[in-house]
Amino acid sequence: MWYRALPHRTECLGENTGLEVRMGLLTNLKDSISRVTDGLFAADEPKRIGIYGPPNAGKTTLANRIARDWTGDAVGPESHIPHETRRARRKENVEIERNGRKVTIDIVDTPGVTTKVDYKEFLDHDMDKDDAVRRSREATEGVAEAMHWLREDVDGVIYVLDSTTDPFTQVNTMLIGIIESQDLPALILANKTDLPGSDVQQIANAFPQHETIPLSALEGENMDEVYTKIAEYFG
Amino acid sequence: MPGPTPNVDGDDAPSDDSDDGVRIDMISGARMEGLTGMEKIRLILDGVRDGNIVILEQGLSPDEESKLIEVTMTEISPDDFTGIEIETYPKAEAGDQSFLDKLMGRNSTQKLTVIGPANQIETLHKDENLISTLVSRK
Repeated sequence: MWYRALPHRTECLGENTGLEVRMGLLTNLKDSISRVTDGLFAADEPKRIGIYGPPNAGKTTLANRIARDWTGDAVGPESHIPHETRRARRKENVEIERNGRKVTIDIVDTPGVTTKVDYKEFLDHDMDKDDAVRRSREATEGVAEAMHWLREDVDGVIYVLDSTTDPFTQVNTMLIGIIESQDLPALILANKTDLPGSDVQQIANAFPQHETIPLSALEGENMDEVYTKIAEYFG
Repeated sequence: MPGPTPNVDGDDAPSDDSDDGVRIDMISGARMEGLTGMEKIRLILDGVRDGNIVILEQGLSPDEESKLIEVTMTEISPDDFTGIEIETYPKAEAGDQSFLDKLMGRNSTQKLTVIGPANQIETLHKDENLISTLVSRK
């Protein structure tokens, strides 16, 4: 806004009378005050926090856990079938209070990001071909939408990984790179610590430049630390 | 050189309609340098949709990778195109980007990248020094 307005004022300055120059200075002052007050109000607006990660990492389970803990409502249905979430879903004005500090966030639960979707994989989950094709089409639209949100519409990211699986995948590497390139605050959560084979350290080793928080969103384990970190990172 | 979106096929490029092999396009950094983000994505996806393996000498920026995923998703169709497999050497650290690069918004993308049709390429092994893939014919 400031940069768009600036060239116009600069062009006009050379032709101004003394009165107009003074008026211009007043306008500049008014603009400056307005930017400061806008900034103050912007700080109070909810931050849009995108929950990202590969399919089946437990993103919706986490989104539901956070929403239920602080608002009593859920965000969306959970399922073991990949791409259950096929549209980005937002839960607005979730107020999280931690150590006397209150943060208000909009949780955006996004479809699991992938570079490929084959409807045949859904046939293994008791679906007929029409349903599988429809699901895959919705899934591709959802992933495209999630990428768009990441570039344009989120203020921070909670990146959820299944701690029982290998984190060194291309999708994880690319997404973390994209998040870093946007300078978004990012919290990495190693989910499913309740399952045998969970290896939180492997995730910490994969992304040493970020803090990794273990949790089980399903069982609600270590959510206290998750909320403390959310307040710290996004407050 | 401004003009239409460049195609990997040059005038003297051999025909790629052979059924007895897999075509590999190795695209130099210099070739990609003059293209817009969307032209790069088109170049990659047109090749991959033809069943080719595309190897980029210098890779894509994070923003281009993000758009590549987005455009790939819009092109997936049942029984035709199931998406892409993409592999790069694991990025060392964001820290290897110089302060000036960050200030100027330049991203370090010097990473060899292999991209192919998801149903034809399978990664067998990947570490900081080796990408091993199994490529099958259509």
